[in-house]
Amino acid sequence: MAEKKWMPRWFYQLASPRWCYQITGKLLPWFALVAGLSLIGGTLWALMFAPADYQQGNSFRIIYLHVPAAILAQSAYMLMAVAGAIALIWKMKVADMVLKSAAPIGASMAVLALATGAIWGKPTWGSWWVWDARLTSMLILFFLYLGVMALNSAIENESTAAQASAVLSLVGVVNIPIIKYSVEWWNTLHQPATFKLTEKPAMPAEMWVPLLVMVVGFYCLFAVSLMMRLRNEIVWRERRTGWVRELLSKQ
Amino acid sequence: MTPKRKQRLLIVMFIVVGVSVAVGLTLFALNQNINLFYSPTQIAAGEAPQDTRIRAGGMVVDGSVKRDPDSLFVQFDITDYDKTVTVEYTGILPDLFREGQGIVAQGSINEKGVLNAVEVLAKHDENYMPPEVAEALAKAGKMPQPEGQEFNK
Repeated sequence: MAEKKWMPRWFYQLASPRWCYQITGKLLPWFALVAGLSLIGGTLWALMFAPADYQQGNSFRIIYLHVPAAILAQSAYMLMAVAGAIALIWKMKVADMVLKSAAPIGASMAVLALATGAIWGKPTWGSWWVWDARLTSMLILFFLYLGVMALNSAIENESTAAQASAVLSLVGVVNIPIIKYSVEWWNTLHQPATFKLTEKPAMPAEMWVPLLVMVVGFYCLFAVSLMMRLRNEIVWRERRTGWVRELLSKQ
Repeated sequence: MTPKRKQRLLIVMFIVVGVSVAVGLTLFALNQNINLFYSPTQIAAGEAPQDTRIRAGGMVVDGSVKRDPDSLFVQFDITDYDKTVTVEYTGILPDLFREGQGIVAQGSINEKGVLNAVEVLAKHDENYMPPEVAEALAKAGKMPQPEGQEFNK
């Protein structure tokens, strides 16, 4: 086709499972290193050196798990939606695999956010669970993850399964802004965001810097587990190709 | 982009935009039902139904908490800095309950306009700080306060 390419070269290279397998193999140890360092460092900092809150005392420290998990649960879903759109438009196999690999990781992040929130809610609010807009929309996000995972395993044909879960991811992405703005649009028990991109955080630096470290650590951990699952998926689906056979015979 | 891809791009955009519009309209229609609680202004305006269980949210007014020394009965006012509602409750209050704290009470409004609560939840705000900072801010009278806006959306 004489038509000009729409996307940069690496975008088309990503479409090749083999290239994708090689590049993730190179990136993996670096992300693992950063994830390990920032998660261990951030946890120690958060639990031992960050000051306690004036009202909640030490129970506020669960924020260092709750907030990164909630951010990741939403980011992972957005990644799934983007991968789903690419899979539908360009028919890219790797995008299908990214979508499929990201779903269980995102679901675990959503569970972690819901569980830590409930554990924090009992002593702070006086209730494990309230059906307010933020909590309910987060629960819906978790069910969307389960739906994508169920669709993927229920449909035998790989490309049909990928198409169905791509459509579900795209439909569910409307929930992401609802989660984000639920605390601003409606009366909720959940407090508004402590962090906003446009404003100073509503907590001092000695509290939010460790939180930022934890968020970075969670993103790297997500990248590591996504790449590991993706490589697994690539090898499985390309098991009949020459390069995978060669790779396996070497081991 | 090939025409085929362009067409698929359009379909994808149609899905996303269509679902957003549908969900947006639904949420807009359900707006009042999604709110977890009524603000004192809404209750004063008669928007909250009587004799059925509702939730009311507001700040506990300074100096309004009256405890019965012999029982767990407690009476206090909640406000959104515009209107005020009196709450009566018998039971254990959450640890965070104090004057100037946001709370959400569940119960029914009687004919005198008093909320008989069966459950009181503390509403934490987004501000976190170490005790020393809180003390210094309180001394200087600069303690961040949740705005009445927070209870009246």
